[in-house]
This record gives sequence, structure tokens and C-alpha cells, in this order.
Amino acid sequence: MNADPMLPARYLVADTRRETHDSVSLRIVPAGEPLPAFRPGQFTMLYRQGVGEIAISVSGDPSAADGSLTQTIRDVGAVSRALCRCEPGDIVGVRGPFGTGWDLESAAGHDLVVVAGGVGLAPLRPVVLGALARRAEFGRVVVITGARNPREFLFREQLAGWADDPRLEVTLTIDQPAAHWHGQVGFVTEPLARQETEPARTIAFLCGPEPMMRFSAEALMARQIPAASIRLSLERNMKCGVGLCGHCQLGPLLICRDGPIVDYETAQPLLAVREL
Amino acid sequence: MTFPAAVLSMAGLDELISTLAGDGYRVVGPTLRDQAIVLAELTSAGDLPAGWAVQTGPGTYRLKRRADSAVFCHSAGPQSWKQFLHPPDRKLWSADRDGFHPADDRQQPPFAFLGVRACDLAAIDTLAGVLGAGAWPDRSFRGRYRGLFVVAAGCTEPGGVCFCASMGTGPRPGPGYDLALTEQIDQAGHRFVVEAGTEAGAQVIARISHRAAGEAELIAARAAVDAAAAAMGRQMPAVDLAGLLAASRDSVSWEQVAERCLTCGNCTMVCPTCFCTTTRDSSGETGEHAERWQHWASCFELDFSYLHGGSVRSSGESRYRQWITHKLGTWHDQFGRSGCVGCGRCIAWCPVGIDITEEIATLVALREEGAGEAAGD
Amino acid sequence: MTDAELLAGLPPFDQLSAEHLAAVASTAASVSFPAGKILFSEGEPAFGCWLIRSGQVALGSQMPGRGQVVVQTLGAGDMLGWSWLVPPHCWHFTAIAVTGVTAIEFDTTRLRALAETDPALGYPLALKLFEVVVARLQNTRSRLLDLYGNPRER
Repeated sequence: MNADPMLPARYLVADTRRETHDSVSLRIVPAGEPLPAFRPGQFTMLYRQGVGEIAISVSGDPSAADGSLTQTIRDVGAVSRALCRCEPGDIVGVRGPFGTGWDLESAAGHDLVVVAGGVGLAPLRPVVLGALARRAEFGRVVVITGARNPREFLFREQLAGWADDPRLEVTLTIDQPAAHWHGQVGFVTEPLARQETEPARTIAFLCGPEPMMRFSAEALMARQIPAASIRLSLERNMKCGVGLCGHCQLGPLLICRDGPIVDYETAQPLLAVREL
Repeated sequence: MTFPAAVLSMAGLDELISTLAGDGYRVVGPTLRDQAIVLAELTSAGDLPAGWAVQTGPGTYRLKRRADSAVFCHSAGPQSWKQFLHPPDRKLWSADRDGFHPADDRQQPPFAFLGVRACDLAAIDTLAGVLGAGAWPDRSFRGRYRGLFVVAAGCTEPGGVCFCASMGTGPRPGPGYDLALTEQIDQAGHRFVVEAGTEAGAQVIARISHRAAGEAELIAARAAVDAAAAAMGRQMPAVDLAGLLAASRDSVSWEQVAERCLTCGNCTMVCPTCFCTTTRDSSGETGEHAERWQHWASCFELDFSYLHGGSVRSSGESRYRQWITHKLGTWHDQFGRSGCVGCGRCIAWCPVGIDITEEIATLVALREEGAGEAAGD
Repeated sequence: MTDAELLAGLPPFDQLSAEHLAAVASTAASVSFPAGKILFSEGEPAFGCWLIRSGQVALGSQMPGRGQVVVQTLGAGDMLGWSWLVPPHCWHFTAIAVTGVTAIEFDTTRLRALAETDPALGYPLALKLFEVVVARLQNTRSRLLDLYGNPRER
């Protein structure tokens, strides 16, 4: 284990892959001592020399045998832009693994409903990969993913593969009408409301912009799915990653420590408060 | 284990300082500077603010002369022990071609804190609960905290903004000290009744000039400190603060306090337990050498809650609500205790005199009003 | 299973009384459409509405240079067709079956006549339909938030 959680480990950028016009996936491998294994849903603090550090979720199979990590970054600011511009051979600093995971293990025996919006698919991909790897442990695996338009889906080739995979029930839906699109047009809550879910045997996993997660959680609750069975990945300003700097508070929660994965029973009253 | 109480003269106190210094401690205590009583390294008892007291109120801190030459009869000043245990600015690491190198700040000599009042002793313990505990303790803090030697001072003259008695942290110093002094000045002279809280404390006393304290002397010293409970300038309402704040997230009072609050963050800087930090990254011109520094941050800063696109808490009311709710409420959820020790610094050093106890009283009144209205319906 | 029994298990009809269900069922017929079938076209007089049982229907509009632009996809459980209810009683969008579709089709002329002669049926039915329209509106509003846009572009 990296003894000092504040000290980054050196990782080498092995591959880069442009996902959308503003998102890139990096596969990074340890340049020295590897970090401890990540669980799906956990995040790293990813550092680009001289620019800064941001929290990024792990978007690849966290059980990769070579100790590599796949992370998907959207260019939304100075650090993310610098990370998006990384090239193979570049060195990045990585701290982690931090935060709570999706805890897919505890969902064994249940139907899984995965609802992703935009780049929210990144931290959920390991859930789907995990469910496929141990497919027999779960009931139905429903994946509903929304994007602004067809060009803004992450992992497009993989999504196409999933859509054809009889082990999954995949719906792709877009917000903005687009030519040559053969999937659905509508907010993620629409295909979600059409699902014939069994409340007692459903566990939902949500990630995306906060209103999208609230609306989706409410749609699930309207189908009698208990708030405690709905898991969300929350986002706040993470700085230290280990509950020492105070930035990522959401009421009683330190999101880096008590999250990012939180159940809706906990999150609902907090997300309802303006500017909490 | 209890140790026999002792009595030190002023010369004995001086000896205490030199003995601790001789043992390799950096002895830090109160001293006079820039019309305030600040904390700094002491070389002798002569550095202590003899004959000075302070007068505090909302937005007010003034030195005043005393008739006697007491050295510990002044309530909390603009600084706290936080600045030594959790420095305002420190390097976390540097990076070069060979990798990341942790800043080596663990080789510094340990601190001996002299004159720690009960509120501040509780604050040190509170900081240790945040930074020194948990799954990922701050190693740098732990290094400084572990070697600490604490000489507490029983507070006999609390100030106008003090409310430690109502926070349950004082005036008698709780556990956590090596030695606890109570300063006494009367016909019998200027002296310090000393109780040892640890073996290390008792051993230091054994090495300096002292005499055994009589039973009556010890009782009188304790009584003088306990009597201070009745002399607090302020009082925190005795309610379930965490519950009150959780139920007050939509209170109209936030708008009212935001009309006065400048969001300057002074309260968080002077608070002995506010621990929040941020980092800044820098790199040399060639980009080969880079450093990360950590410095104090305040939840009143606009970019404290920055998320790509904007800040979560952009309004002043949401930032004040965050501060007071964290301090008195959600700190319990996060760290199992209150974040407030009742030292009153945030009241004295608020440029517009916002009073944390008064804001709580307002919330209590609004809740009662609301409950009254609901009952009247 | 009779049409009334079928409707009894389906929102928005699941709360109606047995008597009212039977009345509504008398206006209903099970239908199916092949993929590509145009159910109705923009501008035409609006008659009929459908409760989709399976498959997908795309609502869209013809745009020069962009062809048929889909604004919304409807699927199982969704109600299709409101324009018969409100003036000027013309279809606003064009509905095309994306896949093979099965649905329950309502004779809206008869349904409206029933509702008008019996407010005890008309009011709850209108409320139920209103509930469905509100849900549709809220989902559309969610899309207007453009939640997945890059904050850099705002």
C-alpha cells in the first residue's frame, strides 16, 4: 500500500482513446509500485505534472491483471484538459483508491437496473462488466443510457456490442433529435418507466448529472422500488480524497469518504436542499 | 494514576520553560505583540504577557492593563494552537524526473504548549479526532501531535465572548494535559498550583524547584477555576444543536445573517478546530520540478465548493449555513463530536460581530415560533 | 381475456370502476402495425388514440434537409395521440411504427361521446389522461435542461 495517501504514485499512460469530442479514456500502468486494487465505483485523484489534480472515477475493468487502470476524462477545466491531451508515454500521478464502491456483490440474486446519463456511464461500466463476468449471480441486467446526441455516447463500440448481447437489456436514448438515429429519443426516465420491475428484487445504480439521478430515482420510487435499493454516485469538490480537507461536504457526508456511492435513502433529503 | 499537586513560584515557571527547552521542546506560549496576545516560541517566563488582560465582545478585542502581574489571565487571542499542529501553509511533496518526494516535516523538534486553556485543550483533541484519526490520518499532523507536551492553564477570568461552560469543554481543563497550572495571586504571593496529568508531567515537576501543594491550596485553585463557569460572557442554548440545524436548512434566518456576513472567513481562520485546507500546484519553468503545497481554506470562499461549471454554495447564506451547521451539527455525523469548543474567537474576530450563540438562539426562537404556529392551526 | 379485463390491469385505466371499464372497453380494439407503418400524419384530422402494448412508435416532424426528425420515442405502456381531444383536432406530429407494434386502439369519437354524456366517467378519465400528459411534459422539460452538455459550453 502507498504509505502516504497524499503522495501520488507514478503511472505511465499506455493507451489513449478518444471517446467523444470532449472525452478521452486513458489506460495507465504503474511506473513503480502499483496502488492497491480498485473496486468499481471508487475513484482516483489524477495529477498532471504542474497543472493540478482532479477526482476521476475508474471506468475500466478494475480487476485487470496487469495492474492497469482505465479512466475516462471529460475536458471541463484546466486539469481535465491537460489530462485529455496526454499521450502514450506520459507520466501522471495517481492517488487512491478512494471512496465507497458500488458494492455489486451485495446485489447478487437481484435484477440490476443501471441508469447512466452522459459521462455518468464511465463509473457504471465496471458494474456492467462485473455483472457480465458473473452473469449467473444476477437476474435481469437492464442498462439504460442517455446522451445529448448520438455522438456523445461513451464507449460506442462496446455499447453496440452490449445492445446485441442477449444477457443484457440495453436502451440507448438521446435528448436532442438527430438524423440517422435508430435508437430512442427521450429522457432516460421514459424507458426507465417502461421497465416491468419487481420492487423487492431490483437494485438500481445511477450516475449522471444530479437532476438526472433525482428524476430517475423518483421514477424508480414511483415503481415502488425502495430508496435504499437505489445507489447513486455523487459528485462534490474532492481535493484530498481522504476526508481531511473538508471540501466535498454534502450535509453530514464527506463525499470522498462516505461516498461517492450513496444510497438514495441517505441522499434524497440532502439533494433536495438548495446549495447544501 | 494521580500525582501529588505542587506549587511553583514565578521563578519555578521560568525553570519549567528552560527545562522543557533543555529537553528539546520548542516551548510555545502567550506573548504580547501588535496589541494582541499571540502565541510564539518563548525563551523565558519574561516573554509572558505579565499584567495584561483582554476585553472581548462581538467584533471587539482590546488589551487592558491589570492591577497585578498575572501571566495567564487573558482569554483567547487571535491565534490558536492549530497554527502549530496544522500549519497554515506547508509543502506536501515535490516531484522531479525520479518521482514524487514527500516533504520531510517530521524531523522538527516537538512542541511544548504552555498556557493551554480548557477550550483550546478540547480544540487540540478535536483536531486530533479529525486529522489524526480515521482510515487516512494526516501523517504530518500526527507527527507533531504525538510528541506534544501540554501545560494547561486553568481559566479563572473568562472573557466576554467565552462560552466553554455551555459547550462542556471547560473551564476546568479536561484530560489531555501533561501539567495543569492554576495561577493564583494574593497575600501569599504569585504562584501556580500544578497538577500532573501524565507521568512525563510529574517527572518534569520533580526536576524543577517546587513545593508540595497543601490540600486547601489545591481545593482553592480548583474552586477558582470552577467559579469561572459562572463568569462566561455568553452561553450556547442548551438544545440538541445537531437536530436543530438539520431541521433549519430552509430557515429564514440564513438570509438575515447573510445580510451582515461579509463571507470574509475570519471566523474559520481564528477557529481552533476549523481544519479545511486546499492545495496549490506549481512547477518550475522547465516543467521538470513541481511542488504541491497545502494551505488553510475556508468554506466561506466562493470556490471552496467549486464543481466544473460553478460553485455549489454561491450565496452567502448557504456558506454561513454550511459553516455553523458543520461546526455544531454535522461534525457529530462526521467525527462523533462537536466542532465547537466555546472559545468565542469567531465572535470577537468577526468584523461585523456575528455571534454564533445568538444565531443559534435565533434558530431556536424560529423553531418555537413555527411549532407555535403549527399548534395554533 | 376481454378488453375490459385487459384494460383493468393497465394504467391509466386501472382505477376505473367495472362499469366504466366496460364502457371504455366497448370503444377499444386490439390492433397491430408492421414496422414502418404511418399511424397518423402531421396536419391530418385527428381521430383515435392508442395504448401501446409492445414495440416502438416514433413521433416526428418533417424538416427540409433533415428528413423525418424524431422528437420522441414511445413504447410499451405509453399512450399515443392527444390531438383528438383538443381543438383544432388535427395531428401535430407524425407517428411511425419503428418496430412491429401491438396496441389497443380507441374509437375516440365514441370515447368522447361517452365521457360527455357521463361526467362520472369523463372526469376521472380526463384526470388520468392529464396525469399521463404531465409525465410526458416533465420528461420533455428534463431534456430541455440539456443536462449532459459540457459546462465549458454554457
